[in-house]
Amino acid sequence: MENPDNKTQVVLLACGSFNPITNMHLRLFELAKDYLHETGKYNVIKGIISPVGDAYKKKSLISANHRVTMAKLATESSDWVQVDDWESSQNEWLETLKVLRYHHQKLASSNPANSLQNAVPLIKPGRKRKQEANRYIPVKKNQLSPETKGVPQLKLLCGADMLESFGIPNLWKLEDITEIVANHGLVCITRAGNNAQKFIYESDTLWQHKNNIHLVEEWITNDISSTKIRRALRRGQSVRYLVPDAVRAYIEKYNLYSPESEDRNAEVILAPLQKYARGCKQEQTL
Amino acid sequence: MKSRIPLVLLACGSFNPITNMHMRLFELARDHLHQTGRYRVIEGIISPVNDSYGKKGLVSARHRIAMAQLALETSDWIRVDPWESEQEKWTETVKVLRHHYNESLRSLQFRKELVRNNWHIERATEDFLSSLDPVSPELKLLCGADILKTFSTPNLWKEEHIKEIVEKFGLVCISRAGSDPVQYISESELLTQFQHNIHLVTEQIQNEISATHIRHALCKGLSVKYLIPDSVISYIKHYNIYTEESEGKIKGI
Repeated sequence: MENPDNKTQVVLLACGSFNPITNMHLRLFELAKDYLHETGKYNVIKGIISPVGDAYKKKSLISANHRVTMAKLATESSDWVQVDDWESSQNEWLETLKVLRYHHQKLASSNPANSLQNAVPLIKPGRKRKQEANRYIPVKKNQLSPETKGVPQLKLLCGADMLESFGIPNLWKLEDITEIVANHGLVCITRAGNNAQKFIYESDTLWQHKNNIHLVEEWITNDISSTKIRRALRRGQSVRYLVPDAVRAYIEKYNLYSPESEDRNAEVILAPLQKYARGCKQEQTL
Repeated sequence: MKSRIPLVLLACGSFNPITNMHMRLFELARDHLHQTGRYRVIEGIISPVNDSYGKKGLVSARHRIAMAQLALETSDWIRVDPWESEQEKWTETVKVLRHHYNESLRSLQFRKELVRNNWHIERATEDFLSSLDPVSPELKLLCGADILKTFSTPNLWKEEHIKEIVEKFGLVCISRAGSDPVQYISESELLTQFQHNIHLVTEQIQNEISATHIRHALCKGLSVKYLIPDSVISYIKHYNIYTEESEGKIKGI
């Protein structure tokens, strides 16, 4: 079978602007992988960076083409983290849950356990025969459950700021948050675990699924935010050793960040706020 | 137009191993000094400490130099210098400063001689030569602001050395946002007297990569990617440099 040591296979998905990608973003993956491996229960097999589409309309967001290219340059030296541009190539902004569902679907349909090409596996001593019954049933889209045998778990990787953004009115749909933590799970990198822990405690939804929310404390204080990088660049200051060298060179070559680029979307409302504020009933409690 | 004073930055330390933060200090210092309008930073020097310094967990200078060289391959202005590590015993910081200052004067002199010998005597006037390099470069010690605090630790520094460092050379001290190094200066008469020669630079983008944490992580098999250059990680793996034994946790047989 494909998983001899019985560990749960995990794929980490990070959504965000990556405007630009920094060493801190890349560190999130490394920290999450080490943490999950140390539990002895998981085997992280892949990391996916999914930059948000231009339709998100965040202030200072530069073209997705550049952001995707920089992320690819940044992950060239990684043997397990890669960039996916499906989300960024959509015409409309997509909720994070939809991106999760898409990638989960992709993982499920490419999983050899669901392929008819599978030969009858060797039966190991003690293995129950009834497990074989699942093997040849193709997975139906509607019934895609994250517990599907052999499909890696897809978890959303984020910083504490994303976790806490769940509380911002009209930014997330409550049912989306619920499905994310119930069916997929979060791996959240934090500085001092306290704020994140408190936030989870104070939310009934998050508390209910707290076993599926992994808080990982970073052991190096890392505050390399994209905002600060853009600010430094506007001021002609060096960003060497804060972003991968290939990314720094690319930014320089195309002069990507300027006072003008920082003002992009200044007059526009963020896509989710626009979408939810229109159809908003009363505020749901997280 | 007033010409800028050429300046060399020297950083002393264990570099055990070198990290992205060490190199970041140089970039920050250079940006800051350039922004004053008075200086032109022409070189950065990393000087790893001698093995006989005896600090726990200090691996051989041969490795620390090699790793720094790998890390600095992509830098066009910072280099590593092995002089300090090649001395018979540990050398006080002020002596390392003196050595590199003399070296820079020597190379300046050498360059002037070269030019002088390539020109007819009549042309090579002192005026002309001094116009090539109007000012000899200043050499400043690049460090974290916590060094200022250690100046007041009894018996750690010789008083006359501190004086020479701040008077003759100068300091460029990097501190993190929220800390207050000015306090250390005002608490010391000597530092207050030469405060014009102590440049304080604040790091707004926190990235505190302690080499100690790096070593511990490596011992435990945790990832240090994106904290130190890939080439240094490969080197460490290849030579199996940081282990429980090298950290002094397990006594050697």
